[in-house]
Amino acid sequence: MSARTLFDKLWDSHVVHVEPDGTALLYIDRQLVHEVTSPQAFEGMKMNGRKPWRLASLLATPDHNIPTADRDKGIADPVSRTQVETLDANCAEFGITEFGMNDPRQGIVHVIGPEQGFTQPGMTIVCGDSHTSTHGAFGALAFGIGTSEVEHVLATQCLWQKKAKTMQVRVEGELKFGVTAKDIALAVIGRIGTAGGTGYAVEFAGSAIRALSMEGRMTLCNMAIEAGARAGMVAVDEKTVAYMRGRPYAPKGEQFEQAATYWRSLVSDAGAAFDAVLELDAAGIKPQVTWGTSPEMVVPVDGRVPDPAHAPNAVKKSDWERALAYMGLSANTPIDQINVDKVFIGSCTNSRIEDLREAAKVASWAVAQNRKVAGNVKLAMVVPGSGLVKAQAEAEGLDKLFTAAGFEWRDPGCSMCLAMNADRLEPGERCASTSNRNFEGRQGQGGRTHLVSPAMAAAAAVFGHFVDIRVLANEVMQ
Amino acid sequence: MKPFTRLDGLVAPLDRANVDTDAIIPKQFLKSIKRSGFGPYAFDEWRYLDHGEPGMDCSARPLNPDFVLNQARYQGASVLLARENFGCGSSREHAPWALEDYGFRAIIAPSFADIFFNNCFKNGVLPIVLKAEIVDKLFRETADAEGYRLTVDLAAQTVTTPSGEAFAFDVDPERKHRLLNGLDDISLTLKFTDQIQAYEARRKGEAPWLFA
Ligand code: SF4
Repeated sequence: MSARTLFDKLWDSHVVHVEPDGTALLYIDRQLVHEVTSPQAFEGMKMNGRKPWRLASLLATPDHNIPTADRDKGIADPVSRTQVETLDANCAEFGITEFGMNDPRQGIVHVIGPEQGFTQPGMTIVCGDSHTSTHGAFGALAFGIGTSEVEHVLATQCLWQKKAKTMQVRVEGELKFGVTAKDIALAVIGRIGTAGGTGYAVEFAGSAIRALSMEGRMTLCNMAIEAGARAGMVAVDEKTVAYMRGRPYAPKGEQFEQAATYWRSLVSDAGAAFDAVLELDAAGIKPQVTWGTSPEMVVPVDGRVPDPAHAPNAVKKSDWERALAYMGLSANTPIDQINVDKVFIGSCTNSRIEDLREAAKVASWAVAQNRKVAGNVKLAMVVPGSGLVKAQAEAEGLDKLFTAAGFEWRDPGCSMCLAMNADRLEPGERCASTSNRNFEGRQGQGGRTHLVSPAMAAAAAVFGHFVDIRVLANEVMQ
Repeated sequence: MKPFTRLDGLVAPLDRANVDTDAIIPKQFLKSIKRSGFGPYAFDEWRYLDHGEPGMDCSARPLNPDFVLNQARYQGASVLLARENFGCGSSREHAPWALEDYGFRAIIAPSFADIFFNNCFKNGVLPIVLKAEIVDKLFRETADAEGYRLTVDLAAQTVTTPSGEAFAFDVDPERKHRLLNGLDDISLTLKFTDQIQAYEARRKGEAPWLFA
């Protein structure tokens, strides 16, 4: 057989049937379910008297609407509450495993899937959520779907798919101190644009990717969708296998070794051809800060807000002008002179233990320096990705460091990543956020979002404006 | 699903690139557990001057006079003309639900985001990719002629202007067939039950842990 890419292998092993036009019926191994995109799918199932095809393939948790404080008081907003209760009722009715709001394992779907070992290499994984690409970090084919397809997978365990083209994003060399997977993701999007990956399944490869932890790989694959890619993925290596060992849903004993042997085959063969290749030099990537209303509107922290007069074309020029007006920024402002009103550390991009550790280093440094969250910052919140991440962070004392430095320590959920719960920006407020989307109104109507890495967000909280984490790195990131 | 065959519709232009799903339907409306009724909230933050919340009576809300879809000449439009990467962002099917409920049955753009493109087909909305130059031309013609209409013929795969100029577009044969006939995906797939079960049996032998 000719050399195949990782994507080819994942695809080939899941094809149930192919139509003459190439559309394939693809078998889906796992579906994660949350409260926002599932009610209408369950309703459809009930209307047609259908049952889920395979219950063990499903895992549900509420995350988008969940309060991050005073959870014992329940959900105040009646509409949010109904949506979460609807998920509970649907899971109970259909017999689906759900980590409910007060389950210690509850969290953002994309955090709990890997954490539980429910996400495994070699699988096809879907969820009614675009950031399902996260799970590709395990050498899985994972992508977001709409509600009709949620229902389709519930009922048939399959999806109709056209095979995507393949792109390899190769990042070679070593990242500089203070530069993270988030910065690689933003740098790639800045390079190819938010539509640059459209129609592609992207494999991240190269020595800088191999050097990333599983958490870092998840951050990177999570953002693949912001480049328009259908899926992001990283080949399996020993880090992947080690991460899987001992997870609640991972295979056990002899079966684990059998699985691991298979998993190790989930790499692109030498000489496998990609439809497109993008190469980046890791050493050249600086900490990134978005300045506009699309993740492609991004510059290094030592840069300036761009000038629409220098936009490459007329459509971009008017986009940039509109973005600057929305963001309340003037062209040529140095990034490190932009003050922030709020700081959000969390979301399925950056709410795992490693992310919190990075941010906590800044908090710890601030405490040692007798500094706190800056006076102009109204709220700096840290929202762990799951109950288990929260417990782990507390066991390491990270919560104490955060609170001592003036950050708020919250309960797990999506929170201010999209502000469906009570956590949001007010009109005109500016936020340093570790989330993934800086669209208009994303974190609250009129809110202004700047996407950054966890350490960059924490540093912005302490200084009240963006700072180059590399300048602090020697002191802080010990 | 409503079939889509042929549409002769008034065209409304939305002249911005990268229109994201948060703009098409802001998140507060995603709290609904229903599939319908999103039309009045389509483009909510651009369309109204006040802040929208689910359940609001939109007929009493202050319209933003600067938002193009609020102009009298575009009322009743069923063809949306858009720029590149339309529908980027989240997987929310509420976006095509809102556009369909608003009255759009066809969207023409130089490119679409993947998941949104897919979701449209499930809801009787036809996303049409035309070359950027053609889309440019359609934007100009729409601006120049009030009441500008386009005819979309799915069977023939053409978009025809009032002057009779026709542009061909691509569509997957499978999707076209389903849309033309308004077929329900799930019942079609369930015809493959034997193949799905055979796949499972084989896969269980190769990778038993997947089914544990
Ligand atoms: S954290 Fe944000 S991006 Fe991730 S699933 Fe939740 S809302 Fe979506």
